[in-house]
Amino acid sequence: MTELTESAQGPDAATAPTAAANNTAEPAPARITQWGEIRHRYMANKLAVVGLVLVGLLFIVAAAAPLIATHDPYAQNLGNTLADPSGEHWFGTDALGRDQFSRIIYGSRIAVIVGLASIFLACLIGCILGALSGYFGKAVDSVIMRIADIFFAFPLLIGAIVIILVMGRGVLPVIVSLAVFSWATVARLLRSSILSVREMDYVTAAKALGASTTRIITRHIMPNSIAAVMSYVSFSVGTAVVAEASLSFLGIGVSPEVPEWGNMISSAKDFLGVKDFLWVYPSSAIVLTVLGFVFVGDGLRDALDPKLR
Amino acid sequence: MGKYVIRRIGQMVVVLFGATLILFACLFVLPGDPVGSLGGDKARDPAVVEQLRERYGLDKPLAVQYGNYVTNLVKGDLGEDYTQRRQVTEVLGPKLGNTAKLAVAAIIIDVVIGVLAGLVAALFRYSFWDVLVTLLTTFAIGFPSFVIGMVLQSTFSVNLGWFPLISDGSFNSMIMPAFTLAIIDAALVARLMRGTMLEVLRADYVKTAIAKGLPRRTVLLKHVMRNSIIPVVTYIGISFGGLLGGALITEAIFNWDGMGYALVTAIQQGNNPIIVGVVTYGVAVFVVLNLLVDLLYAVLDPRIRLS
Repeated sequence: MTELTESAQGPDAATAPTAAANNTAEPAPARITQWGEIRHRYMANKLAVVGLVLVGLLFIVAAAAPLIATHDPYAQNLGNTLADPSGEHWFGTDALGRDQFSRIIYGSRIAVIVGLASIFLACLIGCILGALSGYFGKAVDSVIMRIADIFFAFPLLIGAIVIILVMGRGVLPVIVSLAVFSWATVARLLRSSILSVREMDYVTAAKALGASTTRIITRHIMPNSIAAVMSYVSFSVGTAVVAEASLSFLGIGVSPEVPEWGNMISSAKDFLGVKDFLWVYPSSAIVLTVLGFVFVGDGLRDALDPKLR
Repeated sequence: MGKYVIRRIGQMVVVLFGATLILFACLFVLPGDPVGSLGGDKARDPAVVEQLRERYGLDKPLAVQYGNYVTNLVKGDLGEDYTQRRQVTEVLGPKLGNTAKLAVAAIIIDVVIGVLAGLVAALFRYSFWDVLVTLLTTFAIGFPSFVIGMVLQSTFSVNLGWFPLISDGSFNSMIMPAFTLAIIDAALVARLMRGTMLEVLRADYVKTAIAKGLPRRTVLLKHVMRNSIIPVVTYIGISFGGLLGGALITEAIFNWDGMGYALVTAIQQGNNPIIVGVVTYGVAVFVVLNLLVDLLYAVLDPRIRLS
């Protein structure tokens, strides 16, 4: 059974420890593991490493925002509005005299929370429905896929607006609205991936050896199907960050006083060409964040499935 | 082919029906009474409110309201809007034209830049142009449309004064919004074109064509282009569907008087019939264009209609 698990080539974290535990016959732990190989391929990709650094930086900034920020992001100072970048205010101050640098630092929290939470939710729904659809096929598949089609028919922003109109503005409505209109893609991806993996020889082999249905799904089908989903996840966190900023930019995302990049850019519109630093810094924050997630997604796709290159 | 078309149209009807159900559930069962907020902050005479509710059919049971909504929708009637008391279709008509104008302009830019850049990059692989295209397309993807809009506005309107900051519907004022919409898509098209073209260039039938002595031009046009354009057609079709539905952000930045701008304004005014109208229309366009793309795909690639 150990042999079979390994030959399944699943990029599955559980595979390596299980193999090691059963490894009484093979005393050679120096062997290259599946994960080691994936990590090696990933690290060989420069852009992917840049992406990892950007995403890592974003997480650090979001977690340590109070330590990094030089001012209170909400504190107004009407005596010092629209100040150019200086030693005191690195990125200048906005129309209410709030410190731009601190607002950008705190803005990373909204980006991280909304990006991760919405996509996590989308994956949860999408993976469950996609797996059911792909594994059971027939009527279950038809029903789930038609429902997915319906949600897929809404352009992301338009769909999100509909949900926000019902739930009101705020962080939670933005998260829910983005998840509701993102899960369908995950479900479709996982389903088609499962359909192709299901026909693979190693699944037939596992069946022939008498493996149970649960074991086949969790050990053979899922680890091999999840690759397509994993790189999509990274891309779509970037998409979610943009969508969230877009909603706030339109004035229907998080409330305007919250330090958030889309809000900041939106309020900088009035000073276009005069105080360009007001939108250039938050825009750069968004662009770097999105690029980070896109590069990680690209890197993951190539590392997880070299066949796709 | 006939069976395939019928099946796809059947699926489309199901999707449209489901979408109207979601829309209705969200927008008509909204917490709060849309009529109550119509007169601004002033308190309304209950009798007037009652009359208004009757006028818009809000006093009927939800099932009846939904039935009315769908039957009217099929007849092409979207009801009357709250602020101007005009037919929604009448209000949105000219806006639809504006959105379509912008969408067509964007798609043309998109195709010309995207396909050309992808073509050059693939044909001269690893050349200076290929590296440049790859670099630009890699980074363009990270730019949200409102950032591109701001960059264009501050450069070409405020600093250079070439184009008006706010659109008035003229050709000159269409250029910046069209480019804002097209840039990211063009990058994606270029990437896609380069990728599929490199794949096709390696294919056996291309080697055969070259080996049997066909002129390079013929091979490129008949064998390579025809086969590598399929995914690009799909992508452009779907993106055109999104654009026709109204480019929310871009229209809002440039005050372009189209569907997207209408939606944003309607949200601020709580003008539900307009919101429902724009969203229904956006979904319908998206779905119909998806269908057309699928059918076109089936025409271009026989393997799809036969399976």
